[in-house]
Amino acid sequence: MVNLTTKIGNLTLANPIMPASGTFSEDLAEVLDLSQLGAHVTKTITEEKRGGNPTPRVCEVRGSMLNSIGIPSKGIDYFIDNVIPFYNQFDVPLVVSISAHTADDFARICERVSVPGVDAIEVNISCPNIEEDGKAFAMRPSTTQSVMTKLRSASDLPLWAKLSPNTGETIEVAMAAEEAGADALVVSNTLLSMAIDIHSRKPKLGNLMGGLSGPSLKPIALRMAYQCAKSVDIPVIGCGGISTVEDIVEYLIAGATAIQVGTATFINPNAMVTLLAELETFLKNQNIQNVSELVGSVRDEDAADAVVFMETAP
Amino acid sequence: MSILERPNAGEVSPATGETHETDTRVKSNTPVNGEYRLLVLDAPQSILNCQPGQFFHLLCPVTSAHQPYLRRPMSIYGYSAEKGELQFLYKVTGEGTRALAELKVGDTLNVLGPLGVGFTIESEWQNLLLLARGVGLATLAPLAQEAKRLGRKLTAICSARSQDVLMSIDYFEGMGADVITLTDAEGTSDMDNMRRVIEAKISEGAVDAMYTCGSNRMLKLLQEIGATHNIPGEIALEQQMACGLGMCQCCVRSFNRKGLITQERVCREGPVFGIQEAMAW
Repeated sequence: MVNLTTKIGNLTLANPIMPASGTFSEDLAEVLDLSQLGAHVTKTITEEKRGGNPTPRVCEVRGSMLNSIGIPSKGIDYFIDNVIPFYNQFDVPLVVSISAHTADDFARICERVSVPGVDAIEVNISCPNIEEDGKAFAMRPSTTQSVMTKLRSASDLPLWAKLSPNTGETIEVAMAAEEAGADALVVSNTLLSMAIDIHSRKPKLGNLMGGLSGPSLKPIALRMAYQCAKSVDIPVIGCGGISTVEDIVEYLIAGATAIQVGTATFINPNAMVTLLAELETFLKNQNIQNVSELVGSVRDEDAADAVVFMETAP
Repeated sequence: MSILERPNAGEVSPATGETHETDTRVKSNTPVNGEYRLLVLDAPQSILNCQPGQFFHLLCPVTSAHQPYLRRPMSIYGYSAEKGELQFLYKVTGEGTRALAELKVGDTLNVLGPLGVGFTIESEWQNLLLLARGVGLATLAPLAQEAKRLGRKLTAICSARSQDVLMSIDYFEGMGADVITLTDAEGTSDMDNMRRVIEAKISEGAVDAMYTCGSNRMLKLLQEIGATHNIPGEIALEQQMACGLGMCQCCVRSFNRKGLITQERVCREGPVFGIQEAMAW
């Protein structure tokens, strides 16, 4: 019998597979048994109602997709009255993703969403669509530190900081988040990208730029998850381009304690449950009793140049 | 509530518990004319409790020549629980439909559905009128089947560039519809003539509700006619989609609901919306 139990700080998950924020909602219950997931991670909400970005909000590139949704939100009151009770039907930890324009607004929604029924808060300090030119808190260590400090004092719940690939300072940002009191890192959000229709010469997204997700993001997010796991003591949750069980195992070996499945659910709505069964089979076949045995088991000890390389890489 | 408003549209997620991701088998995939193809699938009963106007999200095959990534939403052309059959009429235009065109008899196609909110046929709507052009016929075809099943009278106004590319006329006639064809070639498909034809039907008392699909010009026309004659109507709309289930919020459009502009998901609150709340684009 394989043990898939996964601990993220004080929180115990039945297994390490959970949805990535923005690729999951109550609607998926129509197709998939939500009780099988390690955690439920909701789409980012803001305190106020937001309309989101102009359409088209999505386009595909070879083997992956770009999106610029822009965090449409019904506001926190709707969320507390309707969404939290829905997820509380399930005996699965609920992780609420939040965002805001300023650190003070961020702290306020963090405090307001710290209610019974919520088990952790994923702080989306990395959405590339919410601010002008795709800027986000997690692009710099200083802005990460200041927003995380305010968030920490606003809630006693576990805070998971969702990091950004749109930075040249991955390790510094990760360490700033840890120092300011983050309980885990989610690595990572989408990569700021662009696509243009060569016939109309118009950008393919209404918001001009958007976030790349899907299999082509995986090597980048995996590299970041590896760098973060090497640099901090808090758990890293891998996220980016996971669509096969091999992808999951690779993230775990790189140092991720758990993983999030995002875009793959758009292609195969049952992806998370299928992957869970495949992960169990993989571990059985490898005679691995506990999934935690894989975590951080990367054999990088012979690669003397790796440290130097990590310094030169973003 | 005005009769022009669609009752309860978009108020709640209309989860039916009847949506499934499942494999189907290709029975046939043949050209209908130079531009359109008809795909017939051998489908399990679990996905055949469809409503006219609903759609499926198709996982188009990846081939050496075509690599579509996201699923492609496609309105249902025909469904039959009796035959265990699902049909799609599609125009080959992009990566996804080019890949679909390569499907051979016996191939597997993964589909997700049925999805979305279909057309309403209220019990007092005895005389229905549908207005379709091009591939819009595909979306409206199941409405004709349902009208026949419910014993309603149906007028089908079908518009196209020429008589040669008019599709499904036999189908609509087979469903007992009074079919009127309008073509660019004959100079009968302009909006003024379309209005004359529809208003003539209205004056005969043959229109309790109107349905259309896709076109901006036909939307505006039916909005004007509907407002003038106090006749309700519905339109099936399209938008780029990613998940098809309502999670990603990609496929929103603007609607005018009780004087407020709201954003609704085409995949979830739609794809069928009230004709007066839909906004021209």
